[in-house]
This record gives sequence, C-alpha cells and structure tokens, in this order.
Amino acid sequence: MNKLFNFFPESASTVAGPLDSLIWFLIGLTIFFTLGIGLTCIYFAVRYRRRHVDEQPVQIEGNLKLEMLWTIIPLIIALGTFYWGTRMFLGMITRPPDAVPIYVVGKQWMWKIQHPDGRREINQFHIPIGTKFQLIMTSEDVIHSFYIPAFRVKMDVVPGRYSTIWFEATKEGVYHLFCTQYCGTSHSAMVGKVIVMSPAAYEEWLAGQSVGRKETMVEAGTRLFTERACVTCHDGRTGAQGPLMRGVFGKPVELSNGQVVVADESYVRESILKPQAKLVKGFQPVMPTFAGQLNEEQILQLIAYIRSIQSAEGTTGGQTK
Amino acid sequence: MSEPAPATNYLNWNYSIRSWLLTTDHKRIGLLYLMGVTFFFAIGGLMASLFRMELATPAGNLVTADTYNKLFTLHGVVMIFFFLVPSVPGVLGNFVLPIMIGAKDVAFPRLNLASWYVYIIGGCITLYVAVTGGLDTGWTFYTPYSSTYANTKVITAALGVFITGFSSILTGLNFIVTTHKLRAPGMTWMRLPLFVWAIYATSLIMVLATPVLAITIALIAIERATGIGIFDPAIGGDPVLFQHMFWFYSHPAVYIMILPSMGVMSELIACFCRRRIFGYSFVAASSLAIAIIGFFVWGHHLFVSTQSPYAGMVFSFLSFLVAIPSAVKAFNWTATMYKSSVSWQTPMVYAMGFMGLFLIGGLTGLFLANLAVDIHLHDTYFVVAHFHYIMVGGALMGYLGGLHYWWPKITGKLYPEWWGKFSALTVFIGFNLTFMPQFVLGFMGMPRRYYSYPVEWQALNVLSSAGATILGVGYLIPMIYLIWSLKNGKPAPANPWGAKGLEWTTPSPPPMHNFEQTPIVTEEAYAYGNEGHGHG
Repeated sequence: MNKLFNFFPESASTVAGPLDSLIWFLIGLTIFFTLGIGLTCIYFAVRYRRRHVDEQPVQIEGNLKLEMLWTIIPLIIALGTFYWGTRMFLGMITRPPDAVPIYVVGKQWMWKIQHPDGRREINQFHIPIGTKFQLIMTSEDVIHSFYIPAFRVKMDVVPGRYSTIWFEATKEGVYHLFCTQYCGTSHSAMVGKVIVMSPAAYEEWLAGQSVGRKETMVEAGTRLFTERACVTCHDGRTGAQGPLMRGVFGKPVELSNGQVVVADESYVRESILKPQAKLVKGFQPVMPTFAGQLNEEQILQLIAYIRSIQSAEGTTGGQTK
Repeated sequence: MSEPAPATNYLNWNYSIRSWLLTTDHKRIGLLYLMGVTFFFAIGGLMASLFRMELATPAGNLVTADTYNKLFTLHGVVMIFFFLVPSVPGVLGNFVLPIMIGAKDVAFPRLNLASWYVYIIGGCITLYVAVTGGLDTGWTFYTPYSSTYANTKVITAALGVFITGFSSILTGLNFIVTTHKLRAPGMTWMRLPLFVWAIYATSLIMVLATPVLAITIALIAIERATGIGIFDPAIGGDPVLFQHMFWFYSHPAVYIMILPSMGVMSELIACFCRRRIFGYSFVAASSLAIAIIGFFVWGHHLFVSTQSPYAGMVFSFLSFLVAIPSAVKAFNWTATMYKSSVSWQTPMVYAMGFMGLFLIGGLTGLFLANLAVDIHLHDTYFVVAHFHYIMVGGALMGYLGGLHYWWPKITGKLYPEWWGKFSALTVFIGFNLTFMPQFVLGFMGMPRRYYSYPVEWQALNVLSSAGATILGVGYLIPMIYLIWSLKNGKPAPANPWGAKGLEWTTPSPPPMHNFEQTPIVTEEAYAYGNEGHGHG
C-alpha cells in the first residue's frame, strides 16, 4: 500500500537533487498562479454576481499600468526560470573528463550494453555509486530513447549517429530503465533494470562475472583493426594511404575542403561507413566503405580502440585539452 | 429584440437532403461541420475509453500490444486532425463569424462547401484505415519507424491527413479574405469581436503552417513507396529532419486548436459579465503575438532528439516568451470580472472551467519549455497530461462553452439550463480526475504510449481510468439534451443572454441571408452599459 501511493520518484544521481529543486519551484509557481487567478475569478463571480436582470455594471476601459505590470512580472519569472534551467542543462550535457565510457546499442526491443572491459549485458545495467559514466549510444533500427527516471537522464538513441549522456549514481538500489521513444509493438517491453551497487559489491560482481569473459572493448577493437586491414593504411608507415590513427581521437582534423572537424565518435563512425564524406587533407579518396560489413557493436569496438591510443607512446602522457 | 421570428429561416426554407449537401450557406455548412466533428469526436473518444480500460491493469490483457498501439495512434489522428482543428473554426467560426462582422456569407461560399467535402474525404480515408488494418506510428509519424519499419497502413493514413490539411488551408483562406473584405460599414478592425480576431490569427497559422505538414507527410509516403532516402539513415536520410518539419506544423497547430477557444472565452466573459473585455487591444494583439511567436518554438519538442544544445537554448527561450501573451489574456479576463455583473449560466460555467484547466495546462508548459526539466519529463505522462489540459481542458471546454452560447442562435431553441450546468461540472470534475494523476505518473517517470507498466503505478492509472468514465458521461449528457432540445426546447428569442454583437440582432434562427438590411456599426464590440461610452 505504501508503495502504491508513493508520489515521489527515487532520487539516485548527482543531478536529481538540484533538478528536483527546480521542479518544486515550478510546482509552487503553478499552484500559486492557478489558485491566485482561479480564486480571484471565483471571488469576483460571487461578489459581483448579477442581482437583478437589468443590472448594468460600470464600464472599465482598461489600464495601461496594469497591462505593463502583468506583462513584465511574468516575463521576469519566465526569464529567471529559463536561466536556471539552461544553466543546469549545460552541466547535465557537458561530459566530465573522467567519465568512464559505456557503449549502448538499442534495437527493437532490447538494450545492449557493453562495458569497457568487454562485458555485455542485455536490459540490465550494473554500476557502482561514485563513478561517473558516459554512455555512447546508437540504434540499429528506429529511434529509441534511453531513460532512467531515478537519475533524471534521458536521451534519444538515433540510428546513424551517436548520442551521449553522463551520470553519477549516488544511491544503491534497483531502478527502472525505459525506452521513451515509441518504437513499435513491444515498445513498453523495451525496459530494463539499473542495478546500482556499492563499490565493494560491484568489485565482487565483477569478479563473479570474470569466468568466461571475452576480450575487452579495446582488445576487440585492436583485433578488428588488424583483421579488417585498417592497420595497412592507418598505422603511420611512410607512404601510408590513410592518416595515422594514433593521437587523433578528440582532436581537430583539417579536411581536404579546408573545413576543420573534431574527430569524435560520430566522425570516426562516418569515416568508416562513408570514407569519402569528410576526407582528411592530403589524402586521396581511396578507402572502401565498410557499410554492411561491420555491425554497430564492432564499430563501437573500433572507436574504443582508436580512443585508447590517443595518449599512448608518441604523445605526452597527460590528458590533452 | 423580441419581435416574432420570421416564418422562413436558414433551416426551414428547404428540407431536402440536396439543399443541405449542396448548400453554400455558411450557417448550414457550420452545421455540416457540427455533424462531422461530433461523429469523429465520438470515434476518438471510443478509442480512448478502450485504452483507458486496458491501462486499468499493469499487464496488457484486454487487447494486444499492436491493437493498443493502433488505438492511441488513431485516437490522436482522429482527435487532432478531424476534431480539434476543425471544431471551433469549422462549426462556430463558420456559423457566427460572417454574422458577427455583418456579412451575408463568407467570401468564397462554394470553396467553403468544398472545404467540408475535402475534410469528409480525408475522414473517410482515415476510417478506412481504421477498419482495414489500422495505423501504429503514433499521430506523430516519427521516422524511420513510419517510413521503413511500421507494417500498418502508413501511406493511406498519410493520404487522409494530407487531404484533410487542404480543408484547413481553404477554410483559413476563406476567413482571412472574409475578415478583410466583408466587414459591414463601420465595423473597423478595433471594433471586431475578439472571437473574430482569434479566428483571424488562427487562419493565418492554418494557411502558413499546414502546407509544411502536407509536404512532410508526402515525403514519408515517397520514402516508403520508392525507397528514396529522405528520413531513414540506412538509405542516407536524416530522421531528425522529419521531427523539425513535423513540429514546424504541429506546434503552431496547437495554437490552431487553442486560439479559437480563447476567442470564444472572450465572447463568453464579456456577455456573462456585461462588460467590455478589459484591455481589448491587448487581448486582440496577444492572439497575433501567439500566432507569430508560435512559429518559432517547434524545437522544444526536440530537446532530447540530438538537436544541437544551442538550438535547444534558443527554442527554450522563445517557448518561455510565447507563454506571456497567454498570461496577458488570463489576467485581462480576470480583470473583466472585477465589479461586473456575473451571471452563472451554462456557457459561463464552461468558461470558468476553461480558465482553471487552461491555467494548469499553460503553467505546466513552463516545465517542458525548461531544458533541464524537460530531460526528465519528455515523452512521459506529464506531457500527455499537459497537452490534454490545453487541448481538452482548454480547446474542448471553449468549444462546448461556445456551442452552448450560440446554440439558441443556431437552432432557435433553448436547452435545459440545469442540465447544462450539471454537464459542465461533470466534465470539469471528470477531466481533472483523469489527467491530474497523469502529471504525477509523468513526474514518477512513466513513459507515454506504454501498453504495460510497472505495478507500483496501478493506483494512479485506475484513478485516471475512473476519471475518464466520468468525463465520458459528461460528454454524453449534452449530446442527449441538445438533441432533445431540437424538438422539445423552448423557442429562443433573438437575444436570450442580453448580449452585444451583431449575431444577436438577427432573429434566432437567422434568416437565409443573416440580415434584412446590411447593418451599420456605430459602436465598439461589447458596448455594454451607457450608450455613447465610446472608445477613448
């Protein structure tokens, strides 16, 4: 019974608390104006009710000062709320530098989650409290949306591109994971559980999972990089036909048309599937497309590998800006 | 005003079916629309009652998941394109707008009839879709689901929506030209009833936005039929482009639905308070402001769509701005009641209901205009509750209020007043009971369009379904007593409410050409009280 009438969502991430303050402010605002105007209307309607059929009230033209007042005060409130929400939004979408990447692929009707060490989960998502995670997400078919109400995070998962969110869990427990973008017959079955554990319990869980574990994301990416012969052109040998991959990830790249783009997940993905779309300056359009030959998860593994070699030998050890 | 009604009027001059189906009289066309929208409202409501029954239990058990998806899809398509968009403009706008400005008819009477036929053809295609396989894309037709993955009748349904869009465009065009060209001598722009201002602003949106919907829907059909990549990334398209195009129409469409009802509100409050609308020019200008700013807020439907966060900020800012003119209207309506003479007749009860529900609907819009809060609430039941407060609480309450207000004029009959008030109250209570729990569900995180849901949300869902039952009864009651009044109602005088406005100077029901002589307007709208109290 207690659970049936619980009107407060769990609050289990670092953004949940501040966001709820804003929501409560808005709830207060809604109640204030609804009751304020509503009760005023009812009061007027009773106080000035028509007492006989021929009653003629005095006519009031309007009042410029009042018009200004009730334009400007709501405007100030609206702009204040806009500022509050937008500032918070910027914090919610800016990925912290120390976030651990996790790869998510949505498809009708399941969530496939791959941890950096290669562990895969379907419709389940184990994480410890106190660690920041960044989710890099794409879809194999239609648009889905990844939503954990207890964390107050949501982002559409769109085929053909990557979207990201980040969060840090603050409270142990089991929480809902929903798809919130309508995606067909079993949309409401595209749900899962997020299991937030203490760091110690998480370590234990990790150890228990190690039996039969496959290669890590980076290992799989390294293997693919060789197997698919990416290495032939992209390892920096003299005379190589493609740009060196080491140290490229996250950096600006100059293209043959003079444009400069940042080599992020979406850029790497596009370059694998449509190599000629954004050609790096100084190279010929000779790379074949890998569309149809690599699935979304393999592309993510390649990205994990390219990401992993950004600060290895040849560059300075510290994080680049 | 109590001279006996003339023997012939627009209703009784000819009873033949042919005289109805080929009529070019704006009043008869209004009644044709009344039959159309009432029929589609019943269909849409039936679908809603079926899926509310399904949602009374957490597990799916009454219908299959596919059927459920088709039910909410067609509920949305039918209610939006075939009820809400044509309701106030098609029925009340057609009937009273020409009379209000002292005209014999709209500018293009035959085009007006064509609009109705186009609407009915679109409606028949949609009904055909409903009975021969359905549509399961949601009324939003999001790609690539609709263009590639859905196995239902997407192209046929798209055709239905495409066709009916032209009905909106033609009606909008007709009202714009009518308002510009057919005003009676002395009916200056600043003497127009606020209902005319609202319909005029709405017509601008209809003419400017609806073609974009037609293009968008046509592109889906093209992609589906020919495989040319437009929206599906697998064949080179951009799925988010669809969302931009779709909401470029569909957000202004929200104002197509609510603005006319705001116009009705101004008429009701002025009449039942016997008072010029406080700040007339601000209320008129706010309709235009809503129509214009409303074109630049569509991106607030895309805050979590991978749209650029900078675009998101601009759209959020503009969405906050569009709230202001609505607030101005609410304040002015309230101020109109101050020291007035308030009569609690049925249309006024509806108007007060509108006020309460529209306030909640509008203020909860601030949650969704807010970037950070929308991340949590987007695509949850909070959104469902919010837009029902606007479209049902606002638009539909306004429509019913207006229908009750002009019913004596339209039919020449009075309805039983007690039942009118009772139905307005039932609708108000049922509505709140249905949709208030949905705000809580959304806040808790329940996604919309879910066939089954976690057990802990059952209590709130049962409450909502129970409310929907009361709401359904609230809609049935007026349908019964209004039809009853056609035969048994007391005859209505020309001006049963003691209202101002040209439509109340002509007999009830009006003669075929509205006025015996073209009226000459010498005073502003709502010139209640002292004669000669002119515009300052």
